Amino acid sequence: MTTANLEEMKVVYQRPESLLDVNTHYCPGCTHGIAHRLVAEVLDEMGLRERTIGVASVGCSVFAYNYFNFDFVQAPHGRAPAMATGIKRVRPENIVLTYQGDGDMISIGTGEIVAAAARGENITVIFINNANFGMTGGQMAPTTLPGMKTTSSPNGRDVETMGYPIRASEMIATLDGASYVVRRSLHDPKNIRLAKKAIRYAFETQVRGLGFSMVELLSTCPSNWKMNPLESIQWLEEKMVPYYPLNDFKIHPALAELKF
Amino acid sequence: MTRELWEGNQAMAEACVRAGLKAYFGYPITPQTEILEYMSARMPELGRAFLQAESELGAINMVYGAACAGVRVMSSTSSPGTSLMMEGLSYIAGTEVPMLLVDVMRGGPGLGNIAASQGDYNQIVHGGGHGDYHPIVLAPASIQEAVDLLVNFFDIVEKYLAIGILLVDGSLGQMMEPVEMPPMHPLFKEIPPYAVSGAKGRERRFLSSIDLDPYEEEKTNLRLLQRWQAIEKNEVRFKDYYMADARFAVVGFGSAGRIALSAVRSARAEGIPVGLIRPISLSPFPSQVLLDAAKKLDGMLVVEMNSGMMLSDVQLAVKNNLPVEFYGRVGGVTPFPDEVLGEIRNLAKGPLNNDGLARERWLKKLEKLAQ
Amino acid sequence: MPVKGTITVDENLCKACELCMDACPQAVIALSLEKITPRGYHPAHLFKDGCTGCGICAIICPEAAITVYREPIKKAESA
Repeated sequence: MTTANLEEMKVVYQRPESLLDVNTHYCPGCTHGIAHRLVAEVLDEMGLRERTIGVASVGCSVFAYNYFNFDFVQAPHGRAPAMATGIKRVRPENIVLTYQGDGDMISIGTGEIVAAAARGENITVIFINNANFGMTGGQMAPTTLPGMKTTSSPNGRDVETMGYPIRASEMIATLDGASYVVRRSLHDPKNIRLAKKAIRYAFETQVRGLGFSMVELLSTCPSNWKMNPLESIQWLEEKMVPYYPLNDFKIHPALAELKF
Repeated sequence: MTRELWEGNQAMAEACVRAGLKAYFGYPITPQTEILEYMSARMPELGRAFLQAESELGAINMVYGAACAGVRVMSSTSSPGTSLMMEGLSYIAGTEVPMLLVDVMRGGPGLGNIAASQGDYNQIVHGGGHGDYHPIVLAPASIQEAVDLLVNFFDIVEKYLAIGILLVDGSLGQMMEPVEMPPMHPLFKEIPPYAVSGAKGRERRFLSSIDLDPYEEEKTNLRLLQRWQAIEKNEVRFKDYYMADARFAVVGFGSAGRIALSAVRSARAEGIPVGLIRPISLSPFPSQVLLDAAKKLDGMLVVEMNSGMMLSDVQLAVKNNLPVEFYGRVGGVTPFPDEVLGEIRNLAKGPLNNDGLARERWLKKLEKLAQ
Repeated sequence: MPVKGTITVDENLCKACELCMDACPQAVIALSLEKITPRGYHPAHLFKDGCTGCGICAIICPEAAITVYREPIKKAESA
């Protein structure tokens, strides 16, 4: 192999400044890492790092504040939208984001997220949907698919006794206060590019004071799904995308004209 | 300044506004909803933040967020809502940011009723939320006293990075009394050194109550305990009446203390050498004050609107040095002065038992009373 | 002529998840089995020529461990 002369080459991609130069505790292949990277890239591109305050939730991403290079607070399980509201209402010039998993946001946190969206809080929610409570070892979550085996649905999710999954984006998009609600996936480079664009639109919503923005990101959980990273992204594409369609559920008219 | 007639809840709200309150987040619950309603007009009028949250869970977490953002922020609630806020209070304590809560107690447990009680004493004074922390708890007995305590409360909690709770009962929230309001204090513009505000031109900060390493968590706990020691030394508050030549003392806080004062005055008129010790700070508890008083007394009578929650703290404070009797009403019932007067007469008549069974004796009385 | 590119992989960050290997259109990434990172992984690396600097590996890398380089395109000489 010929050794390249790096000084003469153009850097096409490097690690975003909004990510601290540290190891993460996320499992190998976990798409949390991709989501973190996309948020960091967008904030860098928009020059928002110094204005941003992040709200970490409780889940695998509880230590998100160790990985992002901007001000952060840590919320109790499910309460991040309320904490974010408290911050945004007293510091409206800051960019406030929450980073939440499906167990956090749609199980214990349903009250807070619905209220924040209904109020049209000018915050941005990054919603990581990997169909289980990851941090605590893979229990059934509101987004666990019917028939899916988890540690608290060992025989598969039986909708008769355990109910049906919740499609959060569809639900939240029905609220008038929600201005930008979309679902994307992180299972391949093309969809990751589309996810990054969506995150960009979400932060533009906040910067322009247009109201509540949320990007649902279908994600993998190799460890709890008991698969390797490659199998996980395949499973995500084959099983989760059909159940959670990738779509734009709410787009504020003022956003429709923006082009990136 | 002139005195005006104010409703308790509204007066407490205005006092906080004048103390430089920047944000209020609350939820309707009787008997303190007037605080929320008053704030919903007053705060926007002054360009400050107000929001009715989706629940007390939402409210306390909004307070948590704003406290992390370094502004003067408060909430208010009543007993069932206080229970919901316990999680948030523990997190706020663990994160070491200051805030204020007004708890207007009502009859319980459970949904109970909307009558006045002092049933939150244990949950508020002895921490409430999980973990080792102590809020600073002040209990006024009149609206003016509530206003005076609130005006300085923010300074205190900011000095110690503590949670401050004003513990009142439903009657104080609902009653109307003449009040002299303090002057309006401007909002504080300075950003505290711990606050998150956007990492412009500085290292980024993060605020969390997590310490995965137990040895680190222990250090955090030690910090909280050391600050608590300073609070215990500096922030004890109480008032006493007719204690100079007293042989007996009634001990009561808030409205119970105020009712007991009427009874003490009547008892004095009958020639009984009785006084009143009214703790104003329940946390830190005026233990030394009670211990010192106990040396000169023959007996104490604790009066509360619960089943003897402060009684335990009084018994602990006097260290078995003298008999302590108890009288209380529960479930939202407010005692009348003549009930307390009857108990004072019993105390003075004797015989007194230093057997620690005051609550049992009271329970027998309550069985007859409650019929 | 395809654009020449190259990547560097931060061995402190790579967790050998193999997503970049699978995503690379030129199939020029593999785990380096002779190396072990301080965290105990075989890090990803270019094992043969052919990298075009497309950046797809960096798009999928969960650790943001990859820096992607491209040779600047030389302007065509005027006839």
